Amino acid sequence: MIGSPDLVAFTKDDDFGETDVDPCLLPDEFSVPLFTHAGNSNPWSKTSYAKFARDFILISEFSEQVGPQPLLTIPDESKVCGTFDLNYFSLRIMSVDYQASFVGHPPGCNYPKLNFVEDSKVVLGDSKEGAFAYVHHLTLYDLEARGFVRPFCMAYISADESKIMQQFQQLSTEFSKASEWLKTGNRKAFASELVKKLKDLEYTRTVLHKETELQKKNSGCYSTQVIDKANELANVEKSIYEHKDLLRQITSYPSRKRIDCEFPQESDDPATSAEMDKKATPTECSPEVSPEAITGKRRPSYTPQLIKGKSAKCFDKRLKTLEELCDSYFFHQTMEQLRLIESAFRGDLCHIYTNQISQALLKKQKITNFLYEVYNDWEDEAVSKPSFAGNLPPPTPLLLGAPQSPEAVHADLDAETSVEKPQEAELTESSPSDLTQENSDEGTDAEMKVSSGSSGESVDAAGPERPERHSEAEAVPQAFCPDVVEGNAAGTVDDGEDNDERVSATDSPSPEHNRASYQSAIHEQEPSVKVDGDMGGDEPKSPGLTQDLDLTGDSVLQASTMVQADASCCMGQEKLQYEEPSPELAENGFPDRVVKREPQSCLQGDLTLGKAVTAEDSPAVPNALNSDGLSDDMFRMNLDDLSDATSFMSASTNSDRLSSPCHYSNPVTLKQKKRAGQNALRFIRQYPFSQQAIFCVLTGRTLVVLGADERTVRKLVNALSIFVPNLGKYGETVQPWLSCPFQLTDLQNWKIIGLHRMASPTGSSMLHSLNRYARYIGVLDADQKTLRCPPYRGSLIGNMANHRTQIKRGSTYFMHVQCMLTQLYSKAFLYTFCHHLHLPISLSEDQETVASRRSSFLHQQLGYNEEDSKMIQFLSELIKQSYLQGPGRMVHPPGFCFSYIPSFVHKI
Amino acid sequence: MLRWILGGREAQGAVERNTVLFIGEEQPKNSYTELQVLKGHFDMVRFLVQIDDFRFASAGDDGLVLVWNAQTGERLQELRGHSQQITAMTAYSWITGDTDHTGLITASSDRTLSLWDPETGNRVQTVSDLQSSAKCLLVLSRLDLWISGGNELCVWDRDFHLLCKTDHHSDAGITAMVELPKNCIAAAMDKEIVIYRLSASSSRLDTLVREVRRLTDHQDSIRALISVNDQAFASGSHVGELIVWDSLDWSILTYERILWEEPRPEGQAEIHLSSQKQSEMCVQHLATDGECVVAAVGSGLYLYNVSRRGVVAYRKAAHDSNILHTMLLPDGQLLSCSEDGSVRMWELQDLPLPAEPAPTGFFGMWTFGRPSKQASLQAKKVPEVSGLRTLELTGDLIGHSGAVQMFVYFVDLGLVTCSTDQLIIVWKSGERESRFRSLALFHKLEDSQGL
Repeated sequence: MIGSPDLVAFTKDDDFGETDVDPCLLPDEFSVPLFTHAGNSNPWSKTSYAKFARDFILISEFSEQVGPQPLLTIPDESKVCGTFDLNYFSLRIMSVDYQASFVGHPPGCNYPKLNFVEDSKVVLGDSKEGAFAYVHHLTLYDLEARGFVRPFCMAYISADESKIMQQFQQLSTEFSKASEWLKTGNRKAFASELVKKLKDLEYTRTVLHKETELQKKNSGCYSTQVIDKANELANVEKSIYEHKDLLRQITSYPSRKRIDCEFPQESDDPATSAEMDKKATPTECSPEVSPEAITGKRRPSYTPQLIKGKSAKCFDKRLKTLEELCDSYFFHQTMEQLRLIESAFRGDLCHIYTNQISQALLKKQKITNFLYEVYNDWEDEAVSKPSFAGNLPPPTPLLLGAPQSPEAVHADLDAETSVEKPQEAELTESSPSDLTQENSDEGTDAEMKVSSGSSGESVDAAGPERPERHSEAEAVPQAFCPDVVEGNAAGTVDDGEDNDERVSATDSPSPEHNRASYQSAIHEQEPSVKVDGDMGGDEPKSPGLTQDLDLTGDSVLQASTMVQADASCCMGQEKLQYEEPSPELAENGFPDRVVKREPQSCLQGDLTLGKAVTAEDSPAVPNALNSDGLSDDMFRMNLDDLSDATSFMSASTNSDRLSSPCHYSNPVTLKQKKRAGQNALRFIRQYPFSQQAIFCVLTGRTLVVLGADERTVRKLVNALSIFVPNLGKYGETVQPWLSCPFQLTDLQNWKIIGLHRMASPTGSSMLHSLNRYARYIGVLDADQKTLRCPPYRGSLIGNMANHRTQIKRGSTYFMHVQCMLTQLYSKAFLYTFCHHLHLPISLSEDQETVASRRSSFLHQQLGYNEEDSKMIQFLSELIKQSYLQGPGRMVHPPGFCFSYIPSFVHKI
Repeated sequence: MLRWILGGREAQGAVERNTVLFIGEEQPKNSYTELQVLKGHFDMVRFLVQIDDFRFASAGDDGLVLVWNAQTGERLQELRGHSQQITAMTAYSWITGDTDHTGLITASSDRTLSLWDPETGNRVQTVSDLQSSAKCLLVLSRLDLWISGGNELCVWDRDFHLLCKTDHHSDAGITAMVELPKNCIAAAMDKEIVIYRLSASSSRLDTLVREVRRLTDHQDSIRALISVNDQAFASGSHVGELIVWDSLDWSILTYERILWEEPRPEGQAEIHLSSQKQSEMCVQHLATDGECVVAAVGSGLYLYNVSRRGVVAYRKAAHDSNILHTMLLPDGQLLSCSEDGSVRMWELQDLPLPAEPAPTGFFGMWTFGRPSKQASLQAKKVPEVSGLRTLELTGDLIGHSGAVQMFVYFVDLGLVTCSTDQLIIVWKSGERESRFRSLALFHKLEDSQGL
């Protein structure tokens, strides 16, 4: 859409009123001193008097040791801040705290209490520095910090006050998302830290208990040592109690939070978080799981440490960094979000405004904008952003672990079944999951979104068991060896169930996981490696686990289940879903896997697609969003599937069909379209029959651009592509270069085909197909400069493609075309949604009356002739189809409309 | 696959050979302005069977039977089970209580017969290890029985109990069957038509099948056999003989010999038969609307009125290649599909009044009245030239890249064609589809209460 930022610069407020300016006077603008050109600075930048070059984001902390300090900036370049004093500014923004958070022992409560405070959002100005900031304060939890809290703030710093003020809402929303990521990650990290600490404490208690017993035996009940020990023991007990309470508080957070639920899936969070830390952290202990593991003896993944009676409350201790405070996945998400914010709010306020307005307008006309908009602009907004926000704590540990970092998988496996360690190590090494990760970010993205719900829930199921386990653990403290202690503790509870749950927890997301990766693999068009590779993530588990379950029963899994129990206990107690998880899910996981390993053909593609769709039904929570998020991929896959099938088919007719026809790898960007505008401009200037060609495109008649020279053909295709309604996100309705005969189905999918003219048998069969399908296509011969297509006598395209146009620049022309198309599409929209034009008003009316009303609307009211009406009708059908089908879904094979009109040859 | 390639080539060759009729791109009477390509088969698609008002099943050489929704193009069911190509398929309807059921019976080269439920996709019944694979199926809905014809004729009931069967026949086996009045069945076996009579008694298991008569009037193997109406049935042979039989006493009503060539003296007819042009006059397919019989003879069409016993219209070169399937529509329209990959629509029109006399030499014909049936071959000119009308090409549908094997006509939804290029195409009236979509659109609009 045309934005006005370019124009605004040239108009002034008072330009409009005064008409009686003396023409002899030197116009005002000439008296204005010229703007001093300075590098890349732009004349309208208000940052010119500020000490920094452009807006940036600053994260600061109020450290309990050194006071306010800046931590990092986004973008992370020194030249951005220039001479701007970050330290000073940090001091300023941190001094406006606000959150009044109190953590510690509130009166009337014996235990420290965590406060879940809302973030505070303020705007700060510093006219001396020429800086204005949106400041977002938040607190993170840190077990070692004073009062367990660490105050942080994120600030958006700009030289333009009005930008901050007017974009406050947006900034606030976006920063809240970032903050939510950060806090979620922090809660997770905090919970895991607590769990670790609890383990230490319990171990300490056991040791102390033993010692006390021993000393009692040795020196009687009332010796000073014994009393000391008893006191120490009591302290530890208290500490345990406190920590447990903290853990309970931190994990009960979501249920409270959910009331004002901006993030519906928050509930999964604790589950995930504990799961998460369990999976993510054991890396450091994996070395301990050494050869003896092979003997089948279990060891805990974490060796508890003895805790000294008095913990050091001092300043010499190093405080955790922001990155350590937050789970790494969430930390990266936060950074990603901040980067997004930075780029979204970059530039002049006016520019942002226009963008926001056009975005908002685009959203309003969602029914027709599929026809002509660059998908990035509005669909991403609609699809990816909400899912981004909605799936806030998205990754299940498994999925995070599996494809993202092989070590995590490794560690994960170690923690779970250390028996399997050697093979697993191999597997992880050989698994090219990292490769997949690199190649298909989209895939992993998708899978993260997908699975957050399912596994979270299944882990939840273990929750309610927790208290008993602990009491039992406490009741039977017998041995020094932590293994045994914990082993027994867990062993007394029914392991079987626990294991089952574990299986389901790990396996249930696998269909989606596989699907996602499968899609991405297909998308990349070399599926076999990646499908296999991706499997690497969870595949090794299945043999390991099942074997364990069958053979070892109670005794083997103790250690790990203990961890599991601990972890899962932190999670949503209010949500009992004990029956729901389990073996069926696991079973479902397996056959799926089998299917997907089969070699790919179009049949297989279909199958998996089908499966995928059904699989999507299983986890309840995040589906609405996921399906949206995935629909793109699905869509693409569908297309690939189609084209696969055609190439497969044609391969059998003409074995020389060499090129695989589709490369929808990159979304079409606005930039590309604008560049295409240049070609289009050249095209309409050069070819007098450009209107006819455009008419073909706008009536859905596939236009075949035939030529021997690839560059010329590609250029022509590119030029015409800006006219194609519903070009598709990846430009999939255009085939710029094809060197084999096309099929009927190709005509259905592609609206412009660049065809290689060859003097060979292939060439002749190509001409044959051109001949055969002549009625469905227009043929633009790039070599002879002729066009064979139905005649066009309308007026609409004349405005769009006037070969005497004064427009010089491609992007301007593109805008112009876009404008004209928008007009056309709005007419088509009107036509489509006028009830009386399509359906009888009263029962007595027959179809003919309606048809005549329709034609009188087109001809009289809109003033279109036959051909123009055809365009409207075609566009109307597109609108209907897309409205009926919903976005991006292709449930049924698409229809293909055509008409029996004689074609003529147009020459230059 | 190989076969398909060959098929494709063949069709293509045919196109190049001669373009007899070309209607051009302007086809105002052709209302099929929308098509939908249905993919699913992996080999030639040979059979289409209409199940109800909106569903149909397709089957072919890949042994798959697919059930489709003709309206949306959705694939409803995939009936897998046959390991080899399907040789025959028919719909089987019965009523239990108040509900109608429709099943699909399929016969395959793997010598099995199966009954499928198109609702659920289940294989309800199946019989395997038959002595021979069935080549044709016939449902006698009146008796609630069905018959499979291969090297022998077997009578089955709905539960796939074999009630009775005939002895093993010649290797040629039964290629087509029609139901005749009085529990009789006519079965085409090479050059003969065998009339069987079913003696259905009170108990099903006593059903007997008995050969009653052999009609040996055809000179070459019979390619098509249809029942015209209650009084007559028709058969066509490889050498262009079209015989209309009386359904009750199995006597010949008419014997037509269609030769697209100049009529020759009697003696040379035999020579002509053995010439290589045989396939050009082979009766590939017969269709009827109860009054007229349309015969696809080579690449030509031949319309014969049974009650008036006269030729109504003909067109020698209706297609570029052999016509495989034809159909008469009620309003004087005719559809034909051919190996050349196209479907053509014809309209029966009166010849313009100052008609140059029909080119009688254009094709030759011997007509035998019943009395002169046994008379020696005697050439006659077409008796009633005045009644002759013409078949005007009103449109053609081009889309398939292989031979169009068959089509099914849905009154409301359009035409479904299947082809050796593995595709099924649904041809629809663009206008009607547009109206349906508008209707659906406003429904949805109403449901979602505004945009």
